[in-house]
Amino acid sequence: MPKDGIGASIKRREDVRFLTGTGRYTDDINLRGQSYAWFVRSQVAHGKLNKVDTTAAAKMPGVLRIFTAKDFEGVGGLPCGWQIHDRHGKPMLEPKHPVLAEGKVRHVGDPIAVVVAETEAQARDAADAVVIDIDELPAVLDMKAAVAGGPLVHDDIGSNLCYDWGFVEENKAATDAAFAKADHVTTLELVNNRLAPNAMEPRAAIGDYDFATDMHTLYTTSQNPHVIRLLMGAFVLGIPEHKLRVVAPDVGGGFGSKIYHYAEEAFVTFAAKQLRRPVKWTATRSESFITDAQGRDHVTKIELALDKQGHFLALRTETYANMGAYLSTFSTAIPTYLHGTLMAGTYKTPHIYVNVKAVFTNTVPVDAYRGAGRPEATYQIERVIDKAARELGLDPLEIRRRNFIKADEFPYQTPVAVVYDTGDYDATMNKLESLADLAGFEKRRAESAKAGKLRGLGVNTYIEACGIAPSHLVGQLGARAGLYESATVRVNATGGVVVMTGSHSHGQGHETTFPQVIAEMIGIPVESVEIVHGDTANVPMGMGTYGSRSLAVGGSAMVKATNKIIAKAKKIAAHLMEASDADIELKDGKFSVAGTDKSVEWGAVCLAAYVPHNYPLESLEPGLEETAFYDPSNFTYPSGAYACEVEVDPDTGHVKVCAFTAVDDFGNVVNPMIVEGQVHGGIGQGIGQALLEHAVYDGNGQMIAGSFMDYAMPRAGDLPFYKVDHSCATPCTHNPLGVKGCGEAGAIGSPPAVVNAVVDALQRAGKKVSHIDMPLSPYRVWSAIQNA
Amino acid sequence: MYAFDFVKPKTLAEAVKALGAEDAQALGGGQTLIPTLKQRLAQPAVLVSLSGIAELKGVKAAGGSLTIGGGTSHATVAKEAKAYPALAALAANIGDPAVRSLGTIGGSIANNDPSADYPAAVLASGATVVTNTREIAADDFFQGMFTTALEPGEIITAVRFPVPEKANYQKFEQPASRFALVGVFVAKYAAGVRVAVTGASTEGVFRWTEAEKALSANFAASAVAGLAVPGGEMIADIHGSAAYRAHLIKVLTGRAVAAAG
Repeated sequence: MPKDGIGASIKRREDVRFLTGTGRYTDDINLRGQSYAWFVRSQVAHGKLNKVDTTAAAKMPGVLRIFTAKDFEGVGGLPCGWQIHDRHGKPMLEPKHPVLAEGKVRHVGDPIAVVVAETEAQARDAADAVVIDIDELPAVLDMKAAVAGGPLVHDDIGSNLCYDWGFVEENKAATDAAFAKADHVTTLELVNNRLAPNAMEPRAAIGDYDFATDMHTLYTTSQNPHVIRLLMGAFVLGIPEHKLRVVAPDVGGGFGSKIYHYAEEAFVTFAAKQLRRPVKWTATRSESFITDAQGRDHVTKIELALDKQGHFLALRTETYANMGAYLSTFSTAIPTYLHGTLMAGTYKTPHIYVNVKAVFTNTVPVDAYRGAGRPEATYQIERVIDKAARELGLDPLEIRRRNFIKADEFPYQTPVAVVYDTGDYDATMNKLESLADLAGFEKRRAESAKAGKLRGLGVNTYIEACGIAPSHLVGQLGARAGLYESATVRVNATGGVVVMTGSHSHGQGHETTFPQVIAEMIGIPVESVEIVHGDTANVPMGMGTYGSRSLAVGGSAMVKATNKIIAKAKKIAAHLMEASDADIELKDGKFSVAGTDKSVEWGAVCLAAYVPHNYPLESLEPGLEETAFYDPSNFTYPSGAYACEVEVDPDTGHVKVCAFTAVDDFGNVVNPMIVEGQVHGGIGQGIGQALLEHAVYDGNGQMIAGSFMDYAMPRAGDLPFYKVDHSCATPCTHNPLGVKGCGEAGAIGSPPAVVNAVVDALQRAGKKVSHIDMPLSPYRVWSAIQNA
Repeated sequence: MYAFDFVKPKTLAEAVKALGAEDAQALGGGQTLIPTLKQRLAQPAVLVSLSGIAELKGVKAAGGSLTIGGGTSHATVAKEAKAYPALAALAANIGDPAVRSLGTIGGSIANNDPSADYPAAVLASGATVVTNTREIAADDFFQGMFTTALEPGEIITAVRFPVPEKANYQKFEQPASRFALVGVFVAKYAAGVRVAVTGASTEGVFRWTEAEKALSANFAASAVAGLAVPGGEMIADIHGSAAYRAHLIKVLTGRAVAAAG
């Protein structure tokens, strides 16, 4: 086995370029003759757009052209990729999302016009001179008000209710009946706070058009360039895929916000052809705050029915999910199939019914953000369980253990459609108990008390569903795309391997981990393997990276293709050694004939494939390149148990996270260091959501937290040193690597642990606080203490 | 940003002359002004950088006072204001390393951001603001949010702090900006105690005179405990109500006294 194969914590090869400033991001690309776009955006959240006067602006220095909605007549709207049907089988309301606002503006930041000029400064100067005549309309921001007769965001669809979804609708009667008979019902109303994604690299896009070949190229900050090619080519601009190349080079973080097809991408592609000049746009940070699809924003009432012993009998929820002003690419799927399906958590709850009302408001569109629906599900479940434990006088660990799906009960069919393949929730909880030294908590609490601080402990579990699939099932559920992945493995004549994967790395470290898998399979050094991704011209097809799917789905496609390579290489080796295919073994980069001392090196076989002088040409084509598509048969189900300890300063309300322990079951792990890094980052974002981050709008729909002056990002000083563990592995049963996915776990599992800990701290101090909505800012915590 | 001319004089006299031009604007460390320009919220015709003027830089301790050149960076104050440890500690905790390397004391107090740290130290110390034309007592210098006694074109050349017997600054950070949501500077002199509060009031930095009186009689955290929270109109925003800020002033004053020893 190679020392740097599966299981080795080798350093990330991509970091050399990132840390030395030699990465190549979209904004680093400058094309000959490039022009610059500056978007004129709505300053109001809702208004009737009377007139856009570009006369003066068009005369400004350097201006090439100013575009408005008129220029986009005949161009399609930005499509939504998932059609939800409501409780009664009716399709969701799906308003048009124009590239540039038509007749109305619906959120602050809605694009109205675009100036293209020789320089960015000139474009911006001219944009200031575009005169916009808008009659401001009352903005609708509160979701309940929006569906109770509030002003219409889209007049033509007649309602702000996109859909009213029930899941599973057939469970409703039995769920209600179980509630009617329950010994105890715990009810909790909570808000899952809206977040701004804030990838380190703001979005950017460059459109290019080659008149000679009628070829369009879009360079963009995307997690899935092939998806953008399909959505923009087929639905918006009408460019066939063979005439459109989409390149997503180095991308500085996405967290979901770079999955979607955005207006700016369509604009630069369109304008480049009109102007026959490359057109570049790079967002300012201020623009990111008002144009990147935001995350979460659920308002939920959850009820848990229990018997006297604390066994869960039934669970039901009513959630209002904010869609914002338009339907972003996967917005409709997040509060439904990525949220409702996870409402069983790690527990045996016989009856579950989830109701979700998706609502239009005059805010930035909302879509997937790291975890996407699963953090919302986990937060509700784990908060209501904590409250129930308190009400019944049960230990929070004990109530969870009493309801866990047991290790011998897998595969486990939940009442919310999905089948968990593997898991051992008692094992992760036991590991957590020892790793977090829960037995020593009381001693630590006494120490904190001496310093005048209230210490609290929060524990929770989570489950998530990664690698959303299979395609035929998601198709039935309304997905307008398949959710497979592809890989081409190309072996060169001298033995090096190039993998063209449809997965896209924007921080995940694929360039390091994918070669580890190949190195393990063939027995060659990782340095012999190169990963190519992010360019539709180089990779056959790709669904991209989100939902913790890359290794489970993209990696599986790569394994399939590599197995094809190995099978063919064995035939070549058999020919070279005059043996039978079936007798050939591959180990440590060497093919040998079983039971003999005959062998041939990997490199010699590769050379023979491309210099086929001694080759079975009659039965085998030359060359060594294979493509595979992998469509999973099920989701994967990572799970874990998390513990958080906090100190609350009762005088100021400040919460300090003192300790955080994460025990995750990711199945098999390729590079433990990278996995731990993913968990660290996820927990950082989860603590950010729990304590700091909030995309707040005022009553007029202006985003108050529209800069880092008011939008609180977590910083190193806000985070403790984490203890993480992934030793309780139950490998996935249905993909070749037995992997589950680790990218979102930290962000999913950590918010309830933090909130449970703060509530615990206050309860132990005798404060009657049963819940505080996130973010638990000092002000909110202090106020809760005052009101207790 | 909009286009502007840029000059970088080497002497105070040249700077004064350059600032006489129409719509000229002095540029200290630029930690507020540059972001403002980038947002196109200001449109000066000429930026007059003060960073090339050697006579505006440096920290000198003599005869019970500490004099800091107006163009001295926070990082330099943090390192060199050993004679006034509470002031050095305050400077060491402004913003982040980049801000501290570029931002200057003169720039900070000339801007008089209601959440800035330095105004609390200057006012609590009863410092003297020295300009190219006169000396201004701290009590006269700060005139409300973003407003000072400075005349157009007037340059802060130095700030002279009388070194107190004891002092401490307590800063409770606003979670996003990490500016002071409330900051309290307590300084004990032979003549009495001064308490200045930043971050909290709609009037900008102010002295909490009730606390000064109580602490002058008894310099102990317990002396503050019995006081009503300070009156006056406090800032209210998503990070805290007026009542929360008023409460924090009292908590932080007590902590500053305890920490001052």
